[in-house]
Amino acid sequence: MARIELVDLAHSYSPSPAAWSHAGVDASWALRPMSMAWNDGGAYALLGPSGCGKTTLLNIVSGLLTPTRGRVLLDGKDVTALPPQQRNIAQVFQFPVIYDTMTVYDNLAFPLRNRGWQGNATRRRVAEIAELLELQADLNRRASGLTADAKQKISLGRGLVRTDVAAVLFDEPLTVIDPRLKWLLRRKLKQIHQQLKLSLIYVTHDQVEALTFADTVVVMMQGAVVQSGTARQLFESPAHTFVGHFIGSPGMNFLPCTMTPDAAVVEGQRFSLTTDILRSARGADGAFKLGIRPEFIHCSVEETADSQRIVIRSVQSMGTHTMIAANLGPHSLWIKAEHDTQLRVGAGWMRVAPERTLLYANETRVA
Amino acid sequence: MKTTNQRAWLLVSPVLFCVAFSAILPLMTVVNYSVQDIISPTQKVFVGMEWFQAVLRDPDLHSALSRQLLFSAAVLAIQIPLGIGVALLMPAEGWRASLTLVLLALPLLIPWNVVGTIWQIFGREDIGLLGHALTRFGIDYNYTANTADAWLTVLLMDVWHWTPLVALLCYAGLRAIPDVYYQAARIDGASRFAVFRFIELPKLRGVLMIAVLLRLMDSFMIYTEPFVLTGGGPGNATTFLSQYLTQKAVGQFDLGPAAAFSLVYFLIILALCFVLYNFMKQVDAKDMPQ
Repeated sequence: MARIELVDLAHSYSPSPAAWSHAGVDASWALRPMSMAWNDGGAYALLGPSGCGKTTLLNIVSGLLTPTRGRVLLDGKDVTALPPQQRNIAQVFQFPVIYDTMTVYDNLAFPLRNRGWQGNATRRRVAEIAELLELQADLNRRASGLTADAKQKISLGRGLVRTDVAAVLFDEPLTVIDPRLKWLLRRKLKQIHQQLKLSLIYVTHDQVEALTFADTVVVMMQGAVVQSGTARQLFESPAHTFVGHFIGSPGMNFLPCTMTPDAAVVEGQRFSLTTDILRSARGADGAFKLGIRPEFIHCSVEETADSQRIVIRSVQSMGTHTMIAANLGPHSLWIKAEHDTQLRVGAGWMRVAPERTLLYANETRVA
Repeated sequence: MKTTNQRAWLLVSPVLFCVAFSAILPLMTVVNYSVQDIISPTQKVFVGMEWFQAVLRDPDLHSALSRQLLFSAAVLAIQIPLGIGVALLMPAEGWRASLTLVLLALPLLIPWNVVGTIWQIFGREDIGLLGHALTRFGIDYNYTANTADAWLTVLLMDVWHWTPLVALLCYAGLRAIPDVYYQAARIDGASRFAVFRFIELPKLRGVLMIAVLLRLMDSFMIYTEPFVLTGGGPGNATTFLSQYLTQKAVGQFDLGPAAAFSLVYFLIILALCFVLYNFMKQVDAKDMPQ
């Protein structure tokens, strides 16, 4: 079992990276300085667009990459300089890796044999893992003849078979899996997580995968961690406009605004804010934006207290809900409304509870 | 009534004509010669299978064939493992990789008779670097007189000439293996040998198939280099099939037996490649998804 700590970690693929400056975004750094701790037995997801540094981070944890700066601690022990085979960490890659010439059994036994296991102990352990992954029927077949999902299970099995493994890292493991089988395999992963009490770290660019799989989701952008939290935290209070955009479908609405002492003003229309936000906003400066989730907007045909005037451009039924595209002045908005709405294209009103209205200054959340 | 479009023949005919002129007609000429005794341009006798029977009973041919088989086996046994080894040692990227590639490709760019000449001079005991050095060290080396020395020199020359081809093929094969296999192997704790045995070698199978086929066919048809280097000697020690054939056809002008032998030779190569190709395809088929 292991608690994984990352201390002042940074990585650059270029041999002589430009000196780090906190002010600018330097492209020569794939991973910008970060510190983070992952608890033993937790399920974590690293979420971000392609090229944001999540695979780099994963490879540093498993030892495939040595970070340019900083340290990796496993249970308080510094493993930064240790090669992958000396860390008790397994990794499953985007594309299934199997040893073509071996049977499924030999594939699963391979990490054990490399570590000097012999005879009955190996057989018992492989049988255990094969049962867990439902691979018993294929044990004596050549691994190269199997389907992609079976191959990916073998890759996973080679990680799980080692008794010393405390954490399994997944690098977009479901990319090549048939959509029909994806949820089966994902459920298998959760089941294994509960059964073996391993730490799982899961890299993905698919928000649904991340949010359903992990207890804690770490959102990354351009080599930096922008927010780490539960699915609910990421949804209800994104720390950065990027998280607001990236999480949710459609993402958060952002409206440039100006501040008055008791409200935010967008195109001459007042939005009430919580006292916390108003207090913090007094100290902040920069470009202000309101952040509102499409799910939290109420739409009506008549004006109510504390509502803002909008122009509804389109109303589309999505089956479970109605998607409304609207304009507040020049700014476009998405609104996810209840199904029985009477709304039509034309003039309308919107209302948001003050606690659902977030304020961002220079892309970062205020309060 | 069903009408078929015959215009396709018009488009195919130039190719058909060229192939007929360059391959089919000469081959038929050889077949023609192999069943006739040509005494003079105006006087010829049909002899049926007589030449074939004579050729197949010829003890000189038997010894040339066994020499040929031994030589091809030695070529494969040395060049394939050596080529893999060289490819494994080659740098993967950077200027060193480009430099090794160019150096390695050099022997392949030299005309074959020049290769023979290079080694003929290289091995001479009076002025050749190899021959002279060996003699100075007290080793009795003379490829023109000693059978073992002649064999060794011919083999060494072929290894020098053709191992780069195997190495280049393997190098290309190695570069095509995705990094993720090596990463997984590191996490699985695999040794360097295990990486070679279970990742690199299986992934090289395709290019090795091509390498084995090419080297088998080429070594089976070797002519120019030993002809220049040893002239088939000492005695008949390094006379391989091609050279034996040339002696018959050009040297002694026995067109009938030479033609019969050409066909036999052609069939041997065809059969060897057929067997080898099918064997490899069978190995391959085991890995296909069921």
